[in-house]
Amino acid sequence: MERLRWVQQCCRQLLAGDSRRGWYSDGLPTSSLLNTHSPRGRVCGKQRTVFPRNGRHQQDYERVSRNYKSNAISTTKYTFLTFIPMNLFEQFHRAANLYFLFLTLLNWVPVVEAFQKEITMIPLLLVLIIIAIKDALEDFRRYLFDKKVNNNVVRVFCGTQKSYVDQCWKNVQVGDFVHLSCNEIIPADMLLLYSSDPHGVCYIETANLDGETNLKQRQVVSDFPLQGEEFTPESFHSRIECENPNNDLSRFRGYMEHSNGVRVGLHSGNLLLRSCTIRNTETVVGIVVYAGHETKAMMNNSGPRYKRSKLEKHLNTDILWCVVLLFVMCLTAAIGHGLWMNSFKESIFQVDTETPPALAGFYIFWTMVIVLQVLIPISLYVSIEIVKLGQIYFIHNDLSLYNKQLDSRIQCRALNITEDLGQIQYLFSDKTGTLTENKMVFRRCSIFGVEYPHEENARRLEVYESENTETAVCSVTLKSGYSGKSLSCRSLSCNRSSVSLHTLTAEPMEEDQLSGHVQPRTGAFCSRMAKEVVPDPALGRKLNWLTNHSSSETPSSMELTYITDFFLALAICNSVVVSSPNQPRHVIPEERTPLKSLEEVKLMFQRFSFSPFSALSPSQIKGSPHSLKSRLFIRGKRGSLTLSTPVSNTTDVSSSSQENDSKPDLSAREEEEQDVEDQETEDDLKDTQTNPDEARQSMQDLTKQVEEITDELVYEAESPDEAALVHAARAYRCTLRGRSAESLLVDLPGIGSLAIQLLHILPFDSNRKRMSVVVRHPLTGQVVVFTKGADSVIMDLAESPTDQTEVYSHIKEKTQKHLDAYAREGLRTLCIAKKVLKEDEYDLWLKAHMLAESSIENREELLLESAQRLETNLTLLGSHCSSDLNHSISELKYQHLKRMRVFSGTTGIVDRLQEEVPETIAALQRAGIKVWVLTGDKQETAINIAYACKLLCASDKLLTANCGSKDACAALFEDLILEVQGGESLTALTGNGESMSSSFILVIDGRTLGWALEDELRSNFLELSRRCKAVICCRSTPLQKSQVVQLIRDHLGVMTLAVGDGANDVSMIQVADVGIGISGQEGMQAVMSSDFAISRFKHLSKLLLVHGHWCYSRLANMIQYFIYKNVMYVNLLFWYQFFCGFSGSVMTNSWVLILFNLIFTSAPPLIYGILNQDLPADALMELPELYQDAQTSKTFVPYMFWITVLDAFYQSLVCFFVPYFAYAGSDVGVLSFGSPINASALFIILLHQVIESNTLTWIHMVVLVLSCTSYFGFVLLLSGFCVTCSPPVNPLGIELLQMSHSLFYITCVLTTVAALLPRYAHTHTHCRNSCTGSVFPLGALYNSLIIKSFTLTTPGDANVVITDTAIH
Amino acid sequence: MVKQESESANRPDNTAFTQQRLPAWQPILSAGIVIPGFVLIGLAFIGIGVALFVTSRSIQVLELDYTGDSNGSPCSSCSQSVVTNCKCSLNFTLTTLFQGPVFFYYGLSNYFQNYRRYGASKDDNQLYGDLSYFTSPSSSCSPYDYDSSKKPIVPCGSIANSMFNDTFTLTWTVNGTTNNVPLDGKGIAWWTDYNIKYRNPSVTPLKNAFNGTVKPINWAKPAYELDASDPSNNGFVNQDFLVWMRRAALPNFRKLYRRIDASGDYQKGLPAGNYTIDIAYNYPVRAFNGAKKIVFSNVSWMGGRNEFLGIAYLVIGSLCVVMSIVMLIVYAKFKFPDEE
Repeated sequence: MERLRWVQQCCRQLLAGDSRRGWYSDGLPTSSLLNTHSPRGRVCGKQRTVFPRNGRHQQDYERVSRNYKSNAISTTKYTFLTFIPMNLFEQFHRAANLYFLFLTLLNWVPVVEAFQKEITMIPLLLVLIIIAIKDALEDFRRYLFDKKVNNNVVRVFCGTQKSYVDQCWKNVQVGDFVHLSCNEIIPADMLLLYSSDPHGVCYIETANLDGETNLKQRQVVSDFPLQGEEFTPESFHSRIECENPNNDLSRFRGYMEHSNGVRVGLHSGNLLLRSCTIRNTETVVGIVVYAGHETKAMMNNSGPRYKRSKLEKHLNTDILWCVVLLFVMCLTAAIGHGLWMNSFKESIFQVDTETPPALAGFYIFWTMVIVLQVLIPISLYVSIEIVKLGQIYFIHNDLSLYNKQLDSRIQCRALNITEDLGQIQYLFSDKTGTLTENKMVFRRCSIFGVEYPHEENARRLEVYESENTETAVCSVTLKSGYSGKSLSCRSLSCNRSSVSLHTLTAEPMEEDQLSGHVQPRTGAFCSRMAKEVVPDPALGRKLNWLTNHSSSETPSSMELTYITDFFLALAICNSVVVSSPNQPRHVIPEERTPLKSLEEVKLMFQRFSFSPFSALSPSQIKGSPHSLKSRLFIRGKRGSLTLSTPVSNTTDVSSSSQENDSKPDLSAREEEEQDVEDQETEDDLKDTQTNPDEARQSMQDLTKQVEEITDELVYEAESPDEAALVHAARAYRCTLRGRSAESLLVDLPGIGSLAIQLLHILPFDSNRKRMSVVVRHPLTGQVVVFTKGADSVIMDLAESPTDQTEVYSHIKEKTQKHLDAYAREGLRTLCIAKKVLKEDEYDLWLKAHMLAESSIENREELLLESAQRLETNLTLLGSHCSSDLNHSISELKYQHLKRMRVFSGTTGIVDRLQEEVPETIAALQRAGIKVWVLTGDKQETAINIAYACKLLCASDKLLTANCGSKDACAALFEDLILEVQGGESLTALTGNGESMSSSFILVIDGRTLGWALEDELRSNFLELSRRCKAVICCRSTPLQKSQVVQLIRDHLGVMTLAVGDGANDVSMIQVADVGIGISGQEGMQAVMSSDFAISRFKHLSKLLLVHGHWCYSRLANMIQYFIYKNVMYVNLLFWYQFFCGFSGSVMTNSWVLILFNLIFTSAPPLIYGILNQDLPADALMELPELYQDAQTSKTFVPYMFWITVLDAFYQSLVCFFVPYFAYAGSDVGVLSFGSPINASALFIILLHQVIESNTLTWIHMVVLVLSCTSYFGFVLLLSGFCVTCSPPVNPLGIELLQMSHSLFYITCVLTTVAALLPRYAHTHTHCRNSCTGSVFPLGALYNSLIIKSFTLTTPGDANVVITDTAIH
Repeated sequence: MVKQESESANRPDNTAFTQQRLPAWQPILSAGIVIPGFVLIGLAFIGIGVALFVTSRSIQVLELDYTGDSNGSPCSSCSQSVVTNCKCSLNFTLTTLFQGPVFFYYGLSNYFQNYRRYGASKDDNQLYGDLSYFTSPSSSCSPYDYDSSKKPIVPCGSIANSMFNDTFTLTWTVNGTTNNVPLDGKGIAWWTDYNIKYRNPSVTPLKNAFNGTVKPINWAKPAYELDASDPSNNGFVNQDFLVWMRRAALPNFRKLYRRIDASGDYQKGLPAGNYTIDIAYNYPVRAFNGAKKIVFSNVSWMGGRNEFLGIAYLVIGSLCVVMSIVMLIVYAKFKFPDEE
């Protein structure tokens, strides 16, 4: 059953090709091109206006919305009436079908008529009917599905009843108010107007849309006046202007104009997308803006990928040759007939001869086209598609491509490039998540120029790793939210039992069940490994000082500020969504009172021992609720600054920090409260903390404690590094507890929960390579920008140190050193920086940013600009930091990592190599595939990983290309080419081609790559990289990745494969001949754009070496066999023309003639194409060199085509002339003569296949027997019952009589043996040569393997095979 | 339990079929099988070849050309003239018994009965005795579907029209007495043709069925009067007609004319002696450079005389043996160094 469904699915996809029907993540039916019409045609202008329906804008609504689509969807292509014409119309888009239609019509022309008129229609009809049935079934399934979807019920506001009433999805209109509860599916694209969440937030899960299961946050339209109260649709009188429907999921622009004329910008964060699911929010209300086919989900259905494989292109030239052959044969017949006619003076055989010979020859030409039509294989294309389906079925079912942990198989998304897998010459791999696990674990960090090695953590990781390898199954508890399951899950019901208010209010028993359900589904990227970070003792002590200032070691206040800010940044500079099984995600605990926070701040203040306050600048306190806090904090900060700036070393600062314990502002009352607080929070730690020896122990206790408290928190991060960092911060008790659109709730050690006002998130993008959050600092009240990003970027932004900031440059230097060390270790590094904005600066920026946000055109560009402005401004400000005091205060904070003394931290994150990656890469390289690594990581990291995965070995020569300018780059390339050539000639001199010892590896960085890809340097780059064993491109952007692939693919004309897991690999995957997505940790974009999706890198070796090889050799051989079959059979008819005056006569009944290819001999090639194994799987895996055959297209080279054709000619000659001589001069009739010819042709064709097959199973046998019986059954039936049918070749009695004669059998045996003898001998000797001859250096090894594997697979024949291979 | 199932719901079945591990047999056989196999096949073929050759040799065939192209031949006058009812006779002598059963064929050369338009020129339904096709023959018979006065021709078409119409009588002269050799004209056509494919309309007398139709242009007599001696041998089931209607595959062919009736003196075949064939020479072949001949032949289990098959079997058989020897040499040459 499962198999059947799979085949149906495949058929659906297969057939969907030309019509752009789509693959849809949840199996939803897909819309055809016809349905997703261009929106522009219908609605004038570029915008759409939406008025609420049924309100007082009824007239406006009707005027505007007349042309808007309703929410009913219809993804069917046909209706009852249009099915036949439309389906036929579509099918006749294929050239092959048109050709056969032409032949059919040709047969209706009386002068050229060759067969009965009906007979030539059979092949065409058969093909058309099969395809039409498949189309109809598929369309019917879609119709049923549409019906189901359209009849889903949703609550829609009804103007007359003034309440929400149940309605079907299909009745929802643009402008309707829709009321949704938790876990309901969104019926149309709508603007979020109300959420039960007090912060106006709601969460949606987009698994149905893009397969990502992490929750996305959506906000109520900002400044919406009704915010917070129960929403009443009657009072909504605003007008919405937004863009016309488009398919960009992440883009939505528009504004809402309230009745008072105020405009509010709308963005994609306000839009709820159709087919997503509401999560963790009790109720939401929205207004529909796009419905039905105009929703983004429906417009986003891109069809399956339709790539043409190299083999298919090759095939076309062969078909062209067949056409040429056909033309030559027909021309021969035409000329021959003309001459023959000419040789008769009188009426020949009493048929009129009014037609002059030339004209008769012309007619005969067309007659022969009909007679020899089989030469152009109509069924070949259909057969190839069926064969590929079969191949995909086996790939899909391969156990060794199944990932037990994720319960996911390989997904084959492109159905027609299986054989390309067998010809890959260049493999481009992403690093993170592809070669590595992409399960990030916080490994170590450096703050304030001080390295914290986290040795305990490292030890734990090692332990983890070893136990992981020992018991791989049980140790990996991670079950990622998006296994293949979520993709294939097509049910609309809520399969995900996440926590919601709904479920919480349910009975306790249910709740228990629920939590049981929740448990296995930990959030994304939350492996146990990532969650458990053992804090570094030194850092722990320093941090503890916050909570327990009596600790013996006292860090400088400045360092402490760094550390606190570092962890604060780790905790908040991200887009992690927090959820917990016991708490609704959207509810942020509100237990913190302002008073308490004040106390905390005071505590903090006291501990930091800052200098007395100075005057506040007015800008820093204006109207902010946090003014007191900020005042306190800023003063403290400033105090530390005044102390620290003159000194160049941190220890001095700490000594000075002790002196100012007495602060004028601190009252005794506060002091007391602080003590109480201390006792409450860290009572248990106090005693142990004082003893440095026990510090580690205490830290662990602390961690444990923290984890116990917060263990129920689940972080859902968009990228695994974020999760790793948040978990790391939590290990230091800096815990992110909740998030809403406007605030973040963070636990800080010694302080408790703090609500941080979140002003902006400038999300990560690959151009900036960083993300920032703009928050109001909880302690200072300042506007602070935390930036987290790739070290190079952050370092650059923090680039201009000023003279008197030696301490920062010192930190920067040290940090850089640490960074380099991390990279050498193969760690992923991230830098974190901070900047403080002055209020006026912020206001200025904010205005520009708002403008950017609300603009409809170019919103993305403007936002990007805006983000960059904010982030780069930092450096500018920093450059003149000392000029005035106020500036320098703020500077302090915003400076980035390096020269900015404010706070620099860098993290090293471990990313483990996936299992068997080195083995896989070695196998691929042995198979002659050049492996390139394209990564966005640092050069050192990339090289390190390359070593780890054995892409590099110690003896390889590393060529590094890091150039500062284009000219330098050009020169460098010249040098490198010379060097490589020198190396090559050296290898040539030693005469040993095998010595891979001195192979070259090119390492190139992103900037140099950019130049290398330009026109002038391209050829040099190609030349260089072609000679290298491997190339590693680091710091490359997604665009560069795809450019590299394109360059290699187009200029070297090789087959390329790109494998990647993240969104940054998508372009590369799309450009490559074969794109492979790894369904790993980073969402589904890569998978969605790939041809094949695997779950581990190691699966590549089996996929390419075994399946690729098989698919290629199977298909190539099948095509050759198909061509052979047709040429062989058609030539029999051709030879007969020499004996019937080239008149187009045939010696076979025309039914038999047509069905011979279509039915009697159609199944064996299919079986051959699906099941044949030219070499056993084990041999292919153990000897990757075997892969090289197909790479260079050895199986399907042009001369093989001609050999095949020649063999076909020979066989047809034998098959025709043996019976000819056997029957020459006798009284044999036309059809009696054809009978032994046909029978022996059948035997020859079937046995030829048997010889060509490398393996025969019972399936082959069944098919062969069926072919024979169907042929003989058919001809015997015809000869028994066809009395007046099929003139002029009425077969009545022919076979019966023939098969009663011994001459029939004598002829058949002789013909078959004589025809097959050369092929059999050739196959034998060919194998012998290739196995033992010096041509094939691997002979001995190969033989032993073959023996071994055959002994394994066919125990019965083992000894036989051994002797066989021995002589080879 | 249920949970476990759902966790590995995507796990592919581990069967020999889905994992492509079906037990397989290799058609490329080992030398140990191939070499003896080839020898066996070769020997078998040689055996069959010898048998065929010997059998073929034992078949007696006598061919007499009577086209009359060359001036010396007895029928040259007939071939030259356009005279109707031309008669000529051929003489031949048998020195030994011509082993029975003896078949009497007429042969034509360079006659393309397989010419497509010729072959299509008949109406199977008409010949099946369907009266509606008598009045409106199929257009495939054109131009022999209607005569000049628009009357339908029955049987229509070129094949029927061009029916071979020479007739032969065979006489045996022994000891001065001349005997007519009895010729059996029954059962020379296929059983299926005579009983199923061709039928006379069930009208008695047969002549009435042909009312309103005309005989084929080249025919001397209408179809219902083809055999005056045997009323049942008329119409579409006339044996000679049936034989002619089964088109020959190749341009040089022979067709069965009569069998020598194995009775009396002729029980064992044609005895030695002098024979005369009297020929009513009607059929013109010069227009297409054809030739006519008379063939006497007996048959064996392998059909008529054919030396090609025997030789071919011998050649292929020898090839197999030679190949096996070559393979043996290769085997020895390549295997033994390997094993050292």
